[in-house]
Amino acid sequence: MNSQPSVHGSIQRRLVVLLLIGAAVLAVLLYFVVQSIARQIAQESQDNILSASAISILDSASVQNGEITIDLPYAAFSMLGTVADERIYYSISMGEDFLSGYEDLPGPPGSRGSDNVFYSTHFRGEDVRIASTRRIVSIGPVSQVLEVSVAQTLDGQRETLSRISRIALAVGASFFLLTALFATIVARSTTKPLHRLAESVARRGPKDLRPVAAPVPSEMAPLVSSLNSFMDRLQNSLVQSEEFIAEAAHRVRTPLAVVRTRAEITLRRVEKAENRAAVREMIRAIDESSRSAGQMLDHAMVTFRADHLVKEPVDLAAIVKDTVERLQPLSELRDVDLRVAGLEPAEIQGDPILIQNALRNLLDNAIKYSKTDGWAEVSLVRDAGRAVVIVKDNGPGFPPDPAKRLVGRYSRGENVTGTVGSGLGLTIVDEVARAHNGALHYGNSEEGGACVKLSFPFS
Amino acid sequence: MREVVVSLFMMLMASAPALAFVIEDRTTFGPNNADTVLRVVSTADIAFFAPIVRPFLDGNPNLAIDYTVASSSDVMRAVHDQGLAYDLVISSAMDLQTKLANDGLALSYRSPSTLALPDWANWRDQVFAFTQEPATIVVSNAAFDELDIPRNRQELISVMRENPERFRGRVGTYDVRQSGLGYLFATQDARASETYWRLAEVMGGLRAKLYCCSSDMINDVVSGDLLIAYNVLGSYALNHDDEDAFTIVLPSDFTTVMLRTAIIPLTSENPDLAGRLVDHLVSQSGSGKMNFLTGTGVLGAAKEISLRRIQLGPGLLVYLDRFKNRSFVSEWESAILQ
Repeated sequence: MNSQPSVHGSIQRRLVVLLLIGAAVLAVLLYFVVQSIARQIAQESQDNILSASAISILDSASVQNGEITIDLPYAAFSMLGTVADERIYYSISMGEDFLSGYEDLPGPPGSRGSDNVFYSTHFRGEDVRIASTRRIVSIGPVSQVLEVSVAQTLDGQRETLSRISRIALAVGASFFLLTALFATIVARSTTKPLHRLAESVARRGPKDLRPVAAPVPSEMAPLVSSLNSFMDRLQNSLVQSEEFIAEAAHRVRTPLAVVRTRAEITLRRVEKAENRAAVREMIRAIDESSRSAGQMLDHAMVTFRADHLVKEPVDLAAIVKDTVERLQPLSELRDVDLRVAGLEPAEIQGDPILIQNALRNLLDNAIKYSKTDGWAEVSLVRDAGRAVVIVKDNGPGFPPDPAKRLVGRYSRGENVTGTVGSGLGLTIVDEVARAHNGALHYGNSEEGGACVKLSFPFS
Repeated sequence: MREVVVSLFMMLMASAPALAFVIEDRTTFGPNNADTVLRVVSTADIAFFAPIVRPFLDGNPNLAIDYTVASSSDVMRAVHDQGLAYDLVISSAMDLQTKLANDGLALSYRSPSTLALPDWANWRDQVFAFTQEPATIVVSNAAFDELDIPRNRQELISVMRENPERFRGRVGTYDVRQSGLGYLFATQDARASETYWRLAEVMGGLRAKLYCCSSDMINDVVSGDLLIAYNVLGSYALNHDDEDAFTIVLPSDFTTVMLRTAIIPLTSENPDLAGRLVDHLVSQSGSGKMNFLTGTGVLGAAKEISLRRIQLGPGLLVYLDRFKNRSFVSEWESAILQ
């Protein structure tokens, strides 16, 4: 019943971990995407302004008196200084001739496909971005290519990019944190129906084997339906066991009682000494099997009820008194003086049928193993938060050493071979005691007889 | 005392590495046996620099400053073309200083003082402005006995047009072909307003005299040769001995303001100390010839809204372009040489 399930992993943890991994991947992706877009936009805007600058210079060129003149607009350079304090370089050339600016400014790499080209390169120890544009000018009959390149260093752009990079990092990190929070909530809400089901099953009483009726998510429906069918089968099997025990008790005890009565009647009629001995032997055998069967059934019943213990308030003193009264006829038959020494009031939580059964077995043993004309004495005391039933007799007592083994099934003391017994009596008592968190102690009293203490906790 | 020296400044810009670097003046401030010598090349004369540098040297007893004075084009030639080793370059030619920084010949320097500078006084943490000096109109008080003193370019044009006989041959301005500062002022004026070209044409019609330097113009105004001098450094006029002879006008339409700047060149062997000298310069507040950033000086009378500070930055490189220079000078010539 209390066996620990073997646990491997956790749905909730697995959900959280999977969601977090997903979130981390997305966050990193987000970071790189934002960064790359920012880089692209920064590049484009710088290209645009460089291109505008170069084109404005190109547009200021004109041919006057057969000579090229270029009236650089002030804005051509000042516009480049608006965004950041970058260095600027430029170069103006016509055909193969360098006209103005920085002669060593590198031209576009490879062959240019269009009139406007952009390229990044290294110039005077710094990374620069260059926009280059060109057009054809005609001086008299000669047509030549006028080319204007404008370059700008990248300090400001780098600064902007690193700022955007920090923002992207913050966005990615907060995205991850939010998702982590979300993942925890999701995982918790996903496993909630499982927890609810587990709780509702755990809360049930031992005899409550009704099917689970509360609605569950579709994924859990197979589990719940298996559980329901399992409980149904268990219920059936329990009912069958109970019925079998009751039926068996009835079917075994009644015929044996009839046979015994007949045997006794026969005994009175039989005159021959050897026949009488045979019949007595028969009666003894009947007694033994009747008792054994009874105890086996008792044992089955005790085991069954102890497994599904239903506790209710039990007046222990009343039960002791009742049991003693019930066994009075048997003790009189055996000429054993069954007496009650003292009953302190005690109420415990337990199954009255089981407790009564245990008491009956104890008293039965005491009566059985008492000497002829002997006595058996039962008392109820309260001791250290426990109710203790003490049963003493003046029989032979328990064998000194292997006393412990007597609670094992079918084990009997070596000194009682002459007495009818199944060996189940103390086993039953012990099981009842355990089921109630109580204890069974037995030993011999100073006078030599057996002394058995059966104790139950009050709560 | 020559602020900007006559030179073939424009030719230099094209190509003239063969020309020698002409030193106008040279001195050493501080002890002769100092452990460290800081080499400064500057367009400002010794008399200007001496009072500024004195407190700095008092704070650094083991330091001497080797101070070389040259024209702005010679300074450019020394640092840009010949790569002579200096620790600090001080110049009134904002365009040339900007070009030095743009061409990667300046070191970056950051300190609490430079970070506290307004945006217009610091370019790339390499060019630091420490004075602001307006271009003014200086008029002879004697000539304007009966006439109203013009307050802006519009009124200046009117008064010259209405009295051509009186002013013929007696107005003066910079020869932009000779003076780098004159060229800087003229190009900025032209950029600010079309009025400049009308003014140039009126001055050309009156056969304006052309000068290399502000001090010459002021001297001629004092002597009575000139009645009107246009685009004169206000700080020079303010400190002239014969201040009663003329009136300094900050044009109310707009006053072009030049920023004197310092840079630490790449060749500096003692950039930390040079940086401390920059800190010292930008935190000057004494008023004298120069109008320091924090002082009032000659600008005290001007309204902030009419001030037009020449902006440090790549825009200044436009007028250094060969073609731009050629077309501007030819336009200027056609206006002023009639």
